[in-house]
Amino acid sequence: MVAFRNDHPFKQALAGPALNRRRMLALGGLAAGAGVLGACGSNTGRGSGDGVQLSQWYHQYGEQGTQQAAEKYAAAYEDATVTINWIPGDYDTALSSGLLAEKEGDYPDVFEGHLNRAMVESGQVVPLDDILADVLDDYTPDDLARNTIDGKVYGVRMIDDPQFLYYRPSLLDGAGVTPPTTFEELMAAAADLTTDDVKGLFLGNDDSATKLFQPIVFSAGQTLLTEDNQIGFDKDTVIAGALQVKALHDSSSLLIGAPTEAWDPSSIIQELCAIQWCGLWALPQIIEAHGDDIAVIPFPAFGTGTPTVFNGGWDTFVNAKSAKVDEAKAFVKWLWVDHEEFILDWNLSYGFHIPPRLSMRGEADQLAEGPAAEAVRISEEFGWAENPNWTPTMELAVDDMMTNIVLEGNDPSAEFDTAAATIQTELDAIFG
Amino acid sequence: MAVSPAAAADTDRAGTGDQRPRSRRSGRRRTALAFWAFTGPFLAGLAVFTVVPVAWSAYLSFFDATNTVTPLSEDFVGFGNYTRMLQDQAFLDSLVTFSVFAAFIVPLTFACSLGLALLLDRVRFARAFFRSVFFLPFACSYVVASLVWKMSIFNGVRYGLANAVLDLFGVDDVAWLFNPDPPWYWLVIVSLRLWIQCGFYMILFIAALQQIPAHLYEAAYVDGAKPGRQTFWHITLPQLRATSVAVVMLILIAAYQAFDEFVNLIGNQAYARPPLVYLYYTALGTQQDLGRGSAGALILALIIAIVTLLQGRLLGFGNKEGR
Repeated sequence: MVAFRNDHPFKQALAGPALNRRRMLALGGLAAGAGVLGACGSNTGRGSGDGVQLSQWYHQYGEQGTQQAAEKYAAAYEDATVTINWIPGDYDTALSSGLLAEKEGDYPDVFEGHLNRAMVESGQVVPLDDILADVLDDYTPDDLARNTIDGKVYGVRMIDDPQFLYYRPSLLDGAGVTPPTTFEELMAAAADLTTDDVKGLFLGNDDSATKLFQPIVFSAGQTLLTEDNQIGFDKDTVIAGALQVKALHDSSSLLIGAPTEAWDPSSIIQELCAIQWCGLWALPQIIEAHGDDIAVIPFPAFGTGTPTVFNGGWDTFVNAKSAKVDEAKAFVKWLWVDHEEFILDWNLSYGFHIPPRLSMRGEADQLAEGPAAEAVRISEEFGWAENPNWTPTMELAVDDMMTNIVLEGNDPSAEFDTAAATIQTELDAIFG
Repeated sequence: MAVSPAAAADTDRAGTGDQRPRSRRSGRRRTALAFWAFTGPFLAGLAVFTVVPVAWSAYLSFFDATNTVTPLSEDFVGFGNYTRMLQDQAFLDSLVTFSVFAAFIVPLTFACSLGLALLLDRVRFARAFFRSVFFLPFACSYVVASLVWKMSIFNGVRYGLANAVLDLFGVDDVAWLFNPDPPWYWLVIVSLRLWIQCGFYMILFIAALQQIPAHLYEAAYVDGAKPGRQTFWHITLPQLRATSVAVVMLILIAAYQAFDEFVNLIGNQAYARPPLVYLYYTALGTQQDLGRGSAGALILALIIAIVTLLQGRLLGFGNKEGR
């Protein structure tokens, strides 16, 4: 799922420093010292906890104060000493090797990530149904579904991160353009907004083609995989959408090769583009730069379909290999199920995220008006979520298909057949 | 590695042949001890970091080893991973990508480093300075260079160095890395690797140039040869044969190992994904399919071994100078 996460491993290592040049110099040292530091640990847990030690892993959030917040929560927990491992750079790979580790201290007891079926089949995560039993109704069906495999819930949703388009109303007004609702209008708007210095639209550098596969599918009311785990999208829809995306790429109104990726709002902040794909987390930064001159829309509809919003985010899991599964589950329940103050703090005090707990959304004053409120609305109306049965291999197959059709101009029909065959092989291997 | 303990002891025996058997044995033991003391750490490192992982990888390649390095016997899939990799279009494409890369980088690096060496050989002042200047990039890591190339020289926006220069001529911004049509990304990748590695091969060529006896040139001039193209083709280049063969081999092996700049500049894109990047994402990252990753790695290793052997045979690697 490279295309849709806000933790692009290598890109984060590259683009993160652009935000903060001091970090750029520190990056090499950080990476080199990560193992050593991890061993020493930034142990802030002051709870007595009868000597129970837990290790909790996070990817590196970009927003100021997030690491301190995570350490604050850990220190407030009294039943165990929780050590935070804050991982810069390639989190997926670090986590993967961490989950293979056998020795206590080398692996996380509690970690954030995204569920896929392989994690369950290889026994890496434990079901959390018991700690979630009382609050299952308090999550959106999508947030439950993406953490559920074969009827068991494995992950606790921490934050919901809708991704959509930000635009500058002043630039649209100046060019006499109304906010686009269809892909054709988006292409026309991007062309009208493109000047010598500003490109119309920024979707991402290396994922500007690949990330539009899911919007094509969900816009048409289709899915990645059906309930009985068959391919859930049809060839004509995908090809028609991919050819539209190709037309957009062939125009000169797309910003490609920006210094930062699309999860980082720098491009719209630095006025390199008029419209940018980004996530709700970046709203505070964008408002700081552009004040009132910012608004959001869902990604416009393909064909006669509906607009779409990708509801990304993060979930917390308990490592099945942990020597202290029960203690880890108790900690997860304390922090991410019961502790309303910390859940709201994590969602609203740094970057913006939608609290995944429906009952807490009413208290999210920061999301009550303006572009934030609109983001919540379109996320609820047009949002789609990942499917844990959609494996990275399947994602790579459609990513390559999109790249080959859109950027290379290869035969769409043959590319679709190749991708579909790869997905079918994978489905047969898993469910066959 | 080339000298076995027995061979080492044999040469020793020749020198100590007139001594009594008892001390001969202790002398032999001391030699063996010295042999293991010198080679032991290296062999241990080779075993731990190369032989064991390769053997383990071969073992994994016959299993459905997702998210594990100790698969269960019921996950045995025979040659299933190999057939899947050989039918995997993305993996086959990555081999093509590599071939294109090698086709660019090997002759270009060779020509540039030889050219630099010839120029510096002629320089009469500040030689040390020029050599250092051209050699220095070799000390730079590929990751750091990728950052510079990607973010300041070849970014796709108006203030990137390359685009700023093009702007002077009224040319529109180019998305250097992320638009394969036209494939400008090769310019970025190839120029980066040239910048880093030319200096190193240049030093090898300079050393070889200084070994060419001056009287060969003098004799040629006496016979009426003109300095320049004539002496280059008929004296310099043939005299550099052994070095040239070694350099081509080293460049090719370095190209096989290309990973850092691809993954840092472009990431996991279908159009510019050499085998190591593809295998990295298959075996690590979120896929964690160590079975298919291992199968792919062994296929790649086999190809590299065959190509290297063929190349050694064709170019006569290891032959003496001037043969």
